[in-house]
Amino acid sequence: MHEVGKELLRVVDLHAYYGESHVLHGIDFNVGEGELVTLLGRNGSGRTSTLKSIIGLIPKRSGSVIINGHEAINLPPYKIAPLGIGYCPEERGIFPGLTTEENLLLPPVLHSGGMTLEEIYAMFPNLKERRAAQGTRLSGGEQQMLALARILRTGARLLLLDEVTEGLAPVIVETMGRVISMLKERGYTIVLVEQNFHFAKGLADRHYVLEHGRIVKMILNNELEANLDELHELLGV
Amino acid sequence: MMIQVFGVPIQALLGQLLIGLINGSFYAILSLGLAIIFGLLNIINFTHGAQYMLGAFAAWMSLTYLGVNYWVGLILAPLIVGAFGILMERLMLRRLYHLDHLYGLLLTFGLALVLEGVFRQLYGVSGLSYTIPDIFQGGVNLGFMFLPYYRAWVIVASLTVCFATWFVIERTKLGAYLRAATENPELLQAFGVNVPLMITLTFGYGVALAGFAGVLAAPIYQVTPVMGSNLIIVVFAVVVIGGMGSILGSIVTGIALGLIEGMTKVFYPEASGVVVFVIMALVLLLRPAGLFGREK
Repeated sequence: MHEVGKELLRVVDLHAYYGESHVLHGIDFNVGEGELVTLLGRNGSGRTSTLKSIIGLIPKRSGSVIINGHEAINLPPYKIAPLGIGYCPEERGIFPGLTTEENLLLPPVLHSGGMTLEEIYAMFPNLKERRAAQGTRLSGGEQQMLALARILRTGARLLLLDEVTEGLAPVIVETMGRVISMLKERGYTIVLVEQNFHFAKGLADRHYVLEHGRIVKMILNNELEANLDELHELLGV
Repeated sequence: MMIQVFGVPIQALLGQLLIGLINGSFYAILSLGLAIIFGLLNIINFTHGAQYMLGAFAAWMSLTYLGVNYWVGLILAPLIVGAFGILMERLMLRRLYHLDHLYGLLLTFGLALVLEGVFRQLYGVSGLSYTIPDIFQGGVNLGFMFLPYYRAWVIVASLTVCFATWFVIERTKLGAYLRAATENPELLQAFGVNVPLMITLTFGYGVALAGFAGVLAAPIYQVTPVMGSNLIIVVFAVVVIGGMGSILGSIVTGIALGLIEGMTKVFYPEASGVVVFVIMALVLLLRPAGLFGREK
């Protein structure tokens, strides 16, 4: 395990299964408070499954997931978020039966210290403008902002963000980058699954590279240039 | 001179429309409960008719054996029936969620037969009467028909409960949870919402609505073990026409079909028993998701 300050997330020997298929083969990593860590890897390497196993969305899992000092591996899914964790899924998960504002207000507040609705609207003025619109009527970029914005209200200090730049126009990707670095400045701890390597490079402290459901390498962001060739080979870029 | 509409005296038409509105009120409240349950649990609750019967019997038994009056019964019976629903979900239905929908259907259908059988054994099929509470004795002459006060109350009470339920589901935070749980229960759980508990309580509420309708029906219809199975087939047709899981659709369709049935009694009485099913067949052919349903 990497030396970190106060450890907010510690994953040890995490295995996960979709039915018969074994998708994670003993994932080990940790994240310190205030760190931004990325999970890199090719499609199907297990990055999304890692996030889903942490938050409890893959029921068949074993090993250890310690969030804020609490073991979460045997908890039912609805008891994991209250440990202080917010999840932004790859498919965004905007509820079509709810308006934008209802989507925003949906995740229950878990701890004090989350952002207020005003702060969120100040950060994402588009969402304020379209707050009465059906959530899924928003543009892809707006839906992505909504998916991120709604977990900032809850007081969660550890954010799991899955592919927040996928399929977005460059200008929106830039906005997301600004928002994420601002969240980091505010002291949020972030695990970012990212396909866009250049995006991740500008934000992260450390990178974990996954292959076939295992972590094969950990790279500090400032050692990235030295490892570029190997990384390109692992990611197939 | 009598005013006529298409050769039918307007008195007869209005009279049947009013009766249709009363029947429609029952359709609405029962199909609403079914729609809520189907939306969240994906289970077609075939026990709904028996639970309606249980509501009527709970009111009748508490009045007859314990002297509990109508108003207390109107609160108490739905609570008892709702509690029965909660037990049923916790002890039985919960074990079937990971299986095909068909299993839930078979279980609820079987339970309906068991409940009906038990009450048939205890009370026979001849029917028991529930006295209309004193405050609703008598009625008012509307010119085209005599409207007993109690029937007017049934319309008011069931429409109030229906629209209150609609309001809570579509316009409040609690309702937002319910809508979200209907659409993506896994993600809602990942936000820290106890979805299994929501499912239990929602099923309890849907079942309590059936119990409430049963109490409302007790003074109008005979309280019999088969009262639910006679009604529920029509209600299932209403749910199919309105669209499975649509809240407003189930209310509006319930009332509308009550009215259509009433009109059919005036213009072509022979068809009044089948008109709902003819409409159902047409809707299934032309718009399989139902009038208010969303195509999946």
